[in-house]
Parts: sequence; structure tokens; C-alpha cells
Amino acid sequence: MESVFKTAFPFIVSAVAVLIAFQGVLMIVAYTVLAERKVLGWIQGRIGPNRVGPWGVLQPFADLLKFIFKEDIVPDKSTKFVYFLAPLVALTCALLPMVVYPFGPRIADPLGWLLPYVAGTSFADSVTWVAEQARNMPLTIASIDVGVLFVLGITSVGVYGIALAGWSSNSKYSLMGGLRSSAQMISYELAMGASVIGVVTLAGTLDLNGIIYAQMHSPWYMRWYIIPQFIGFVVFLISAFAETNRVPFDLPEAETELVAGFHTEYSALKFALFFMAEYVNMFTVSVMCTVLFLGGWYVPGLSHLFNIGSIPYALASHVVFIGKICLFLFFYIWVRGTLPRFRFDQLMNFGWKFLLPLAIANLLVTVVIVYFLNS
Amino acid sequence: MAFEVLFFIFAGLAIASAVSMVWHRNPLYSAISLVGVFIALSCIYVTLAAPFIAAVQILIYAGAIMVLVVFVIMLLNLDEDQPNNRLNYLYAVGGGLGIILLAQTLFVFYAVMRAPNNVVDQAETAGRTINIGRAMYTEYLLPVEIVGVLLLMATVGGVVLARRLAQPQLELVVDNELERRDEGEKESEYRVAL
Repeated sequence: MESVFKTAFPFIVSAVAVLIAFQGVLMIVAYTVLAERKVLGWIQGRIGPNRVGPWGVLQPFADLLKFIFKEDIVPDKSTKFVYFLAPLVALTCALLPMVVYPFGPRIADPLGWLLPYVAGTSFADSVTWVAEQARNMPLTIASIDVGVLFVLGITSVGVYGIALAGWSSNSKYSLMGGLRSSAQMISYELAMGASVIGVVTLAGTLDLNGIIYAQMHSPWYMRWYIIPQFIGFVVFLISAFAETNRVPFDLPEAETELVAGFHTEYSALKFALFFMAEYVNMFTVSVMCTVLFLGGWYVPGLSHLFNIGSIPYALASHVVFIGKICLFLFFYIWVRGTLPRFRFDQLMNFGWKFLLPLAIANLLVTVVIVYFLNS
Repeated sequence: MAFEVLFFIFAGLAIASAVSMVWHRNPLYSAISLVGVFIALSCIYVTLAAPFIAAVQILIYAGAIMVLVVFVIMLLNLDEDQPNNRLNYLYAVGGGLGIILLAQTLFVFYAVMRAPNNVVDQAETAGRTINIGRAMYTEYLLPVEIVGVLLLMATVGGVVLARRLAQPQLELVVDNELERRDEGEKESEYRVAL
């Protein structure tokens, strides 16, 4: 029994970690939707949802129930298998990058405080063993050597969800939306990748936690990479808007031209999956922006208040991390309430003729400076 | 043990996707199956301690190249391939190539079986990003440069092929300006000829 538990322990830990992370992220995403409706309401001089629960706080759950109980309509002439596959691909690819997010710093001894309470009882040994295993616990589900590439790769596979949804619905609005979306995401991925390479050359690693530590250990005038990589930051932020199909680049679902774009023919829970995927993608790019340019969970001076590796330090860092992400999510909503939509040719020209050369120029300058700094 | 089970799962997935890619007559289904092959392969790379190759496989093949292929298939709205469209002699060519591929695979198996077993030591570190970068820019610098030049040529070729000559400008026609429109057309023809 004991040995079975010991063998299964890493898998149990991973499963629990994945569960907690998914729950947390999905709750944040649900409340992003509410925040979006509220903030848009304020920007437009309205109140926003305020019927379900006090101040409308239960609105996301009411929406979810409605999505579940709505009739699921499948178009007659659609390609059924691909039609079912598309929303799954979209949401899976949106959720997968979660396993490499650096949610906080390592905790040196997370379960050490438990030991005095269980001393003398029959399961003291097991608890001691678990506490021993939990030493130096990272607040990341999987520390991959190539975290940045992993996130970029998985989100680029997410294009299939949208493209296939547009193709399989057998509707011209959907097809136009899907085509626009794939063209747009391919174009802006280049600028995004080029702006990320600048950060990677400065940090010298592709590991997301490693990038945060590299920012911690750099001189004070570039503690956050937004300072040396300001152009990269701007390019990344703009391409992030395009990658997530958000205003002002929401051409794949331009209401005034394409009804609802690639998800015109989707209803009920399948539509909800696309909807969730869009907001989870917003969360992902916010995490990337925070980690690459704003130091992730790191705040200068926090180590003077708490000991590094203690539980309060990790909690405070985690709260700061979520706070920075919320800042970006608010920025998204703010822009949506402010800017009109681009035209498609403007979008393409902007991406290829302005953003990409800017990102490459930034990359060249960065590489030269890093070379001379290191030599 | 766990890695062997994973290997057989992903290898089976890769082979199943590959068979489905060849089997389907609808080009879009074939493209999706090919994406499945790439994803299964990258999972195998991860179990072989080569995370960089795995990530690049997903990023470039599944994320960029196949998206373009799917994009083109959707844009051209290709019909299903009919059996009578196929050229019969291609079966012979395909069979010949298949036999050559099988022979190569068997030769690789043979070579791997005969190889001394100490290669495994490198496997722990060889897949890491820093080692790949170092090898690419020291030991294999010349091939990297050649590939770079090749890609540049491909880019220039693409630009040349896609570039159009200056199109005649469409002009707003007002009733009493028909004559001027004729002159305009002549002028634009002249411009195109230039």
C-alpha cells in the first residue's frame, strides 16, 4: 500500500495541480467576461449586468447554465465530425499552455508547519515523507526547458479550431471568418515571435521561470524587460490583440460584415467552448506579456518584507502575478471600448509592412547590444 | 517501462494518422491527419528528452506549414479526388519508392542493433536548447549558412512570382468624358506594355 502510494505520488500531485490551475484560470476567465460587460457598460454610460446576484456577480454562472440548457443545433449540410472537432481543438489548445505558467516562486518547505501537529499520531511517518517530497516546491505544473516555444506552438495550433469551424459549418460567413482568422494569425505570429526573441536573447533561456529569474538578476535599470525591450513590448502587445481576435483586430467575427464570423453556425455549449477559448487565450497572452516584459511574479523590494522561499512570499508574489495579468485583461477591455475595427487590407499592411520590420529591427539592435555586453 | 508504453501509444497514433492521411479522398481530412502525425511525433520527441525539437516540430510543421496548407485547401475549395483521375503508372512509382523506404528502415534497424550501446549517455543532454544552438553555430555552421541562403532564395523567388505588373488604374467615368476615358485606356495599355 505504502509503496503504491509512493509510486503514484508524482501523478497525484500533477493531477491535483492541474485541477487547481484549471479551476483557478477558468474562474478568472468567467469573471473576465463579467468584468468586460461591466467595464464596457461604464465606458458607454450604462450599468451592465446587475440582476443575477448582488452587483451581478453570479452572472457568469447564469450564462453557463443557459449555454448548457440551450438546444444544440447542428446545420444539416455541415461536415459533422470536423464540426464537432473544431470547438474541442480551440479550447484544448487554449488551455494546454497552462501547464508551463510560472504562478509563483518556489516554496522551500510548504508542509513543514504541519509536522508538529501530527507528531506522535499513526500517520506521522507518511506526512513527514510527503513534506520531504514537497521541499522546494515550484508553483509551476511542468518546468519545461522550452516553455516559451511550447506556449507559442500550442497557441499556433489553436488556429485549426477556428479555421475548421469556418470550413465545416458550410456557411459563407463562417468560411470568410475562418479564412480571415487563419491569415491574420499566421501574419501576426511572425511579429510576435520576433518580439519574443529579443527577450530570449536578453535572458539567455527559453524557460519562463528562467526568464523571470534573469530579470531579477539584471541590473536595476532593466529589472523589468519592458525597459530595454519597450519596442518589443509594444509589438508583442499589438500582435497579441491580433492573435486573440480582439478589437481592433476582430475581423474574423466582424458583426457588421460576417454576422458572427467563424462561429455563426454554432449554438449552445459548442459556442460556449469557442467563447471560453477566446477568453482563455486572452489570459494566455496576458501571462506571456507579464512574464516576458513585467517580471512575472517578481516585485522589486518584496524580498525585504518576507523571506525568499517562505509561504507568505510565495502568496504575495502570486497575488502580484495575478494582479499584473488583470491589468492586461483590463487593458484589453478598455481598448475594446475605445477603438473601432481595422479594415482587412489595413490589418495586413500594418502587420507585414510595419510591425514585422519594426520587430526585426528591434531584434537586430538587441542582438548587437547583447553581443557587446557579453564580450 | 512508462516510456515504452508512451512510445507505443504515440507511435500507434502516428501510424494510424499516417494511414488515415493516405486513405482519405478529401484533401482537408488528409491535412488534418498529417497534423495528427506531427503532434504524435513531437510527443515521441518529448519522451526521447528532446523538448526543443518537439516544440519546433509543433510550432513550424503543425502551427505554420500545415495551417497554410489547410488555408489553401479551404480557399481553393478542392473537391474530393476521384479514383479515375489517378494516373495508373503512379502506383508502380509509389510501390518502388515504398520498397526503397522499407529497405532504408531495415538498414537503420540493422545499424542501430549493431551500434555500441554507449550512445545513450548523450541522449540526456543532446536535446537541450543550448546544446543544439552551440552545435549549430560551431560544428555545423556551414550547413546552417547554406540553408539560410536557400531560404533567402526561396523568399526572393516568392516575391518575384507573386509580384504583379502595375495594373491600369480604374477611373471614375463622367458622362461627357468618354473620349478622355479612351485616351486613359490607351495610356494605361502603354504603361502595361512598358
